[in-house]
Amino acid sequence: MQMPEPSQAIMNQREALAVALRQIVGQEWVISDEAERRPYQCDGITAYMAMPLLVVLPGSAAEVQQILRFCHERGVKVVPRGSGTSLSGGALPLEDGILLVTSRLCNVLEVDAPNRVARVQPGVPNIKISEAVQHLGLCYMPDPSSQLISTIGGNVAENAGGVHCLKYGVTANHILGLEAVLMTGEIIRLGGAYLGAAEGEMDLMGVLTGSEGLLAMVTEIAVRLEPVPEVARVISMSFPSVEEACACVGAIVGAGIIPAGLEFMDRKVLDAVSVLIRETFDSNTAALLLCELDGTAVEVDALVDVVSDVARNQGAIETKVSTTEEERQRIWSSRKLAFSAIGKLCPDYYCTDGTIPRNKLPEVLNKMADMSVKYGLDYANCFHAGDGNLHPIIMYDAAKPGDLEKAEAFGADVLIACVDAGGVLSGEHGVGVEKRDLMTHQFTDIDLNQQQMVKCAFDPAELLNPGKVFPTACRCAEFGRMHVRNGAIRFPDIPRF
Amino acid sequence: MLSHIPQAAQDADANIKLAKEIIGNCVHCGVCLSRCPTYAVKHEENDSPRGRIFLIKGMYEKGGAPDDRTVEHLDRCLTCLACEAICPSGVEYSKLIAHGREYVEQHYRRPLFQRIVRESLIRLLPNAGLFRKAIALGRLARPARGLFSGTLRAMMDMVPAKPLPAPSPVDRPQTFTVKPGTTRRKRVALLNGCVQTALDTAINEATIRLLQRHGVEVVVARGSGCCGAPAEHMGAEDKALPLVKANIDAWLREADGPEGLDAVIINTSGCGTSVKAYGHAMRLDPQWADKAARVSAMARDISEFMTEIGLMPATQPAGLRVVYHSACSMQHGQRIINQPKDLLRSAGFTVLDVPEGYLCCGSAGTYNLLQPDIAGQLKERKVRNIRSVNAQVAASGNIGCMTQLAGEVGIPFVHTVELLDWATGGPEPAALAATPLVAG
Ligand SMILES: Cc1cc2nc3c(=O)[nH]c(=O)nc-3n(C[C@H](O)[C@H](O)[C@H](O)COP(=O)(O)OP(=O)(O)OC[C@H]3O[C@@H](n4cnc5c(N)ncnc54)[C@H](O)[C@@H]3O)c2cc1C
Ligand code: SF4
Ligand code: SF4
Repeated sequence: MQMPEPSQAIMNQREALAVALRQIVGQEWVISDEAERRPYQCDGITAYMAMPLLVVLPGSAAEVQQILRFCHERGVKVVPRGSGTSLSGGALPLEDGILLVTSRLCNVLEVDAPNRVARVQPGVPNIKISEAVQHLGLCYMPDPSSQLISTIGGNVAENAGGVHCLKYGVTANHILGLEAVLMTGEIIRLGGAYLGAAEGEMDLMGVLTGSEGLLAMVTEIAVRLEPVPEVARVISMSFPSVEEACACVGAIVGAGIIPAGLEFMDRKVLDAVSVLIRETFDSNTAALLLCELDGTAVEVDALVDVVSDVARNQGAIETKVSTTEEERQRIWSSRKLAFSAIGKLCPDYYCTDGTIPRNKLPEVLNKMADMSVKYGLDYANCFHAGDGNLHPIIMYDAAKPGDLEKAEAFGADVLIACVDAGGVLSGEHGVGVEKRDLMTHQFTDIDLNQQQMVKCAFDPAELLNPGKVFPTACRCAEFGRMHVRNGAIRFPDIPRF
Repeated sequence: MLSHIPQAAQDADANIKLAKEIIGNCVHCGVCLSRCPTYAVKHEENDSPRGRIFLIKGMYEKGGAPDDRTVEHLDRCLTCLACEAICPSGVEYSKLIAHGREYVEQHYRRPLFQRIVRESLIRLLPNAGLFRKAIALGRLARPARGLFSGTLRAMMDMVPAKPLPAPSPVDRPQTFTVKPGTTRRKRVALLNGCVQTALDTAINEATIRLLQRHGVEVVVARGSGCCGAPAEHMGAEDKALPLVKANIDAWLREADGPEGLDAVIINTSGCGTSVKAYGHAMRLDPQWADKAARVSAMARDISEFMTEIGLMPATQPAGLRVVYHSACSMQHGQRIINQPKDLLRSAGFTVLDVPEGYLCCGSAGTYNLLQPDIAGQLKERKVRNIRSVNAQVAASGNIGCMTQLAGEVGIPFVHTVELLDWATGGPEPAALAATPLVAG
């Protein structure tokens, strides 16, 4: 992975920078020892590693402010990191940049039950919010599969989705207010701590959500809480073929039902999770759909019948409805742990994230099967079928020369196929470094220029998480001086990374 | 995750080869961080399972003596195995850390004070007699403990304020036959632990009564003793092996004798984890591999065994609200989660779970002596969580946790078997009889 050339001058200052940063956060919380920096070399993609210059763990928003101001003065790059579960390399360190880790900022600051809002620090793991309000019958809805550990700050930065986002919406739909620190150390506050607080202001919250750590460091989040649905049941439907399962996805939504979740797992994934789910699957099962229905008891009972009928008409071998909450939790936890469980099948995997219109599912899945033959690499499929968000998991062995390159090419082909089918590169994992060089396939140069101007408005010095998302540097300094004429591309000669 | 451990190192040491495979299974998903007690306290990747896997990878890739920082982070691991229990990718962290620790002890020279402390613990803990003497000495020094800090202070604080109970007659090698008039259904050997024997004799007594009452003959086999875990946790494999071999010999002598043996019963889950791992520990020794595997296959926690044979109907009206604390070696090491709670329920108790129940209490074998700071924070958190459910009694299946927590939780703390024994006709546990219960 090609990254911006690190500055040797900055790297030479490592010890001096460490001393200065320790003045801000305390001795223990600047990690400069080589052995101790090593575990921070990668996030959820182990294929890309880089040694951070220093790792800094602030204990308050005020410290974040001082750190950023200091780095801005010294021209030191900063890569934000939550729990390092990004699947797009968003938290991949830079050798001449500090890694700013939010793991110590992990408190739920306030729960306002009447207004259904919680104010939290960015390093709080997603699940901890729901745990903190569970006694009030409330929860935080977006539930990425990594929710046990991925942080809310990381969720905001990636605009994370999850199993229940089909009905309830993604992270962006559940954020009411943000506090963030710009690279200069300036603190900005957007929205507020109640529903509608952001009415009337320009939707900068929408800009920051999903900005992958390129615009500002998020230091506080006001999230919306929802009542836990009265009843929720999940139907497992097994199908003899991938096509029939895909057709059933369309048929369920076509019947006017928006399930709380609608997930697809193919045979390989099923075999990997069967231990976790404590269940074996019929040998004819090629794919399983999990469909969650929630609401009042009467509503759910009625929906369960409709969905079961649809599934049978679409050729389901078997439909099973969860009877207890414990069983439902077990089924979802097996789905949520599925990516990691693939680790049992292969030494390494590469998971991409393209999203396509639901009706294109069979077409794109067939193409994927052909690509697998072409590259000689096995893959498994486990994805948010309801919103057409594909997660092919390409299996490879990093120890085999050439395998990673093949996996990358396979992944790129899948993403290109998604865009060509009218879809997008990323549904929820973000662009990071992984899809960076494919951005030109989805966006025109004009689009990319406009996006880079937003980056320059927030971080003209280009010190926050550079080398991610955009295939070229932004050259903010020039943006300031030049005008866009008739949408002409201004820098046709800028080299790609 | 790919590692670059030199082939020569892998060829020279089968454990390093195994480490490479285990590291290869880790996909760096981070799920294990959510369960790790040291990460919960420190919030730092190097004090998390995923971080330690990276550190071990670095240690083997570099070869030679590990650096101080790596050793410190590996030392801080509680070996609670919460990470291994939740890992969806099946990473065998327990093996990775155990062999990593052996490597550290072989290649790293510890500062003098650490060497003395570790050496004395390795000698003391497996020997109930010596342990008694040390505790007696410690009692003399107790009034002066305010003068000390760190590990020494933690050791002194561990010394019980009361004199130890007299050695129990049940801990001598002997056979406890079933009561006259009952038929013998099973015959088992009981591991009469080391520390446990000295600290709380009532647990073994209750275990034997409970088994006898259920038609199970119990032998305390001549030559069996400490399971070897204390030495092994400190990476002192050479010190653990003789203990392991003595146990294997003692139990197989019974198993292959005229009376036979249906199981080896363990009532301290920390020891249970270790006996169940004998097979792995001895796998490379052709003389012992099979024998060790046989013993591991026979090992049962008392709660597993009672579940298999079925608990008789309770005779005492119990109804108490019991908060069940699952030891790490129970829930993560042996994955025994529901059996103890189900047994308590069927004996008539109301069973409550501890919030954040997956977090270690900080006791973890000798950990509270070696890492008093983290252990202290974890203990405080566990105590707060136990208190939060307003139970009348606390129960657990591991003496280590009981020692760490009793006296702090504000309610009597007993072993699960003591409650089961009581409910099915045994005496009321002493800790209960001594304290007026908080109102139901
Ligand atoms: C097993 C597994 C399953 C997953 N399932 C899902 C899923 O279902 N849905 C989904 O959407 N994602 C999923 N992911 C991807 C990942 O968990 C999410 O992208 C998550 O939001 C990342 O959170 P994190 O705390 O780990 O952030 P990191 O990986 O540490 O960082 C991610 C990005 O956010 C930036 N960032 C982090 N904190 C801040 C902050 N405070 N301010 C500004 N920028 C910040 C970083 O610079 C980086 O660009 C999964 C990952 C794994 C390993
Ligand atoms: S849960 Fe397992 S695979 Fe995931 S990081 Fe931890 S050890 Fe590795
Ligand atoms: S064994 Fe326990 S303390 Fe050690 S890394 Fe695993 S979870 Fe953390």
